[in-house]
Amino acid sequence: MKRIDLLVAAIAMLAAPAAFAADDTITIGMTQSQTGSLNVDSVAQYRGFEIWRDEVNGAGGIAAGGKHYKVKFVSYDDQSQGGRVQQLYTRLIIQDKSDFLFSPYSSGLTATAAVISEQYGKIMIITGGAEEKTYTLGNKYLFQVITPAGHYLSGALEALHSKNPKARVAFVYSDDPFSKAVVSAARDQAKEAGFDVVLDESYAPSTTDFGPVVNKIISARADALFGGGHYPDSATLARQVYDQKANLKWESLLVAPGDAKFASLGKAALGVSTGSQWELPVKFTPQFGPTGTEFAKKFEAKYHIAADYHSASGYAGAMILQHAIEQAGSVDPEKVAAALNKTDATIFFGHIKFATDPGDHGMQIAHQMVVAQWVEDNGTLSRQVVWPRDAASAPLLYPIPSH
Amino acid sequence: MSLFGIIASIIDGLLVGSVYGLAAMGLTLIWGVMDVVNLTHGSMIVAGMFALYLLTTALGISPYATLVPVLVGGFFVGLALYWIAVHRVIGRPPLMSLLSTFSVNLVLLGLGTALWGTVLFNVPVSLPSITWQRYTFPGTHILAAVLTAVIAACLYLFLYRTRLGKAIRAVAGNRQAAELVGIPTTKVLALAFGLGVALAGVSGMLIATLFPFTLLSGDAYQLKSFIVIVLGGLGNPTGALLGGIALGLLEGLVTPFIPVSWTLVIEFALFVVVLVAFPGGVFTGKRA
Repeated sequence: MKRIDLLVAAIAMLAAPAAFAADDTITIGMTQSQTGSLNVDSVAQYRGFEIWRDEVNGAGGIAAGGKHYKVKFVSYDDQSQGGRVQQLYTRLIIQDKSDFLFSPYSSGLTATAAVISEQYGKIMIITGGAEEKTYTLGNKYLFQVITPAGHYLSGALEALHSKNPKARVAFVYSDDPFSKAVVSAARDQAKEAGFDVVLDESYAPSTTDFGPVVNKIISARADALFGGGHYPDSATLARQVYDQKANLKWESLLVAPGDAKFASLGKAALGVSTGSQWELPVKFTPQFGPTGTEFAKKFEAKYHIAADYHSASGYAGAMILQHAIEQAGSVDPEKVAAALNKTDATIFFGHIKFATDPGDHGMQIAHQMVVAQWVEDNGTLSRQVVWPRDAASAPLLYPIPSH
Repeated sequence: MSLFGIIASIIDGLLVGSVYGLAAMGLTLIWGVMDVVNLTHGSMIVAGMFALYLLTTALGISPYATLVPVLVGGFFVGLALYWIAVHRVIGRPPLMSLLSTFSVNLVLLGLGTALWGTVLFNVPVSLPSITWQRYTFPGTHILAAVLTAVIAACLYLFLYRTRLGKAIRAVAGNRQAAELVGIPTTKVLALAFGLGVALAGVSGMLIATLFPFTLLSGDAYQLKSFIVIVLGGLGNPTGALLGGIALGLLEGLVTPFIPVSWTLVIEFALFVVVLVAFPGGVFTGKRA
């Protein structure tokens, strides 16, 4: 072979790989609670991130400024503990050189991660931290995709008001930052709406027996119960309210009723409602990205379970970051942050827009929750959207049976 | 709260407290016989919960029909645990048995998380309940308390009316002396550990008829068990049962008057007071 042919062949061999590979990689760091009490919802959130990453990389990466960036995740188990979050987010930034961050799951862990992310000036997309306080401490790089805690029970209170404006309302809730933030706002909303708040009790998150507090609900002659906390305690409270026949007409609990396994409570689940960040029956017309049905279908195809709102919020948050990078035409944090601040878009998850005032920067100001309720159809329990009325997939069930 | 509400709260506290006592009996038996703090206790309670769930969903049998299989299965699991984690550290400094059982606990939790995650499990149990005024005592709570009393009575008869039970008490009293009179102490220790784990398992099974559970539910009951055995006296199964009932009574009596979030504060304050004033336990009568 002539020397010139060898030279051309060598150049071709060197150039060829570059023509098919992404130009670069961006690293997104996060922790997930692979162990500990937050495991279930944290894994659901992570799956939303994961399915987005696989899609983006399968399509060649995120296009920005004439380049394509593949997405690489670095993830650690935070064991559902704030102390681990602090160590691990520092590691993600300093050792793993993460370009962007996703939040852990839960308000408590997110608040801890936010301190670290702000210290190092890293953008963090928050899909699992609803408590408002985190965003009021002065930040520049936090972006909350989900509705803040103060609105979690707003829809359920409105729904109750439409049926019984003078209801006697009991608040029984877990003594954790998220639940307290939710109930603090809900209590004010209930009083403004004219409800009679007859009981207001918090319980330790490790509570195993709600018998005494259910007796208090009965003694207070409450018509409606709002509260709970996270997954196991809300489910236990729901079961004991049913077993002890608390005679409630309305029951709205946090988090647990949003999970498919809540149906394992059987009759105790019937009529229980929850504020939900996303439900499949609610159809938004997205300006970009998949529809809700498309997202749910590909999620179920990959994981063989139905997507819940934790997974949807993970995917939505990742999409929003991608969109911001594409709009910025760069992965430079300041340019991406500026693009996120300008975001005002509707995706399958709903309308997304961030507060830009320094006093509450990054708080989600457009996304709205729906009320999902467990109803029975031909003996089968299913979770349907019952409020607001124009988004409802089933009529509101009131009074709830045998509670 | 009305007087009826207070009475209802006390009754419910006594019913649930008896199950706390059953859970603690296994822990205190092991501690009393071999000076081992069994930190797999919470995991064994959860194992009983899972056994109930798996047997009822796989075989479709009544939840209460799983009591004997859980007891027997728990016994053999306990025997295995003894030989794996406890046998070689008996007689060594207490920290060794603590670390050994703690390690096994972490292994079990890790395996459980890998297999099932921390998802919620629920075994729906429908029994007639008793309603008085506006307050309902679920049939599950009543039956759990009755079964606890039966199991406790059987344990008492076993420990005080059978040769093997006497051997266990002899080893608990003085292992060397028991060896000298020909009691095979290693076998007796293994049997006692198996019995302790069986009690933990069956208490988990009964608790799972009352409340939903996750893999991590055992921690809270293990913590309550420590409070109960301090109340009842270390190594005293009867005291543990009474301690559990007393704890349930306390929860039922106190919560009508104060926010429920204070319950744990009061329980642990009592824990400290009893440790200081009655180091042998309230029900053994040994004062500081």
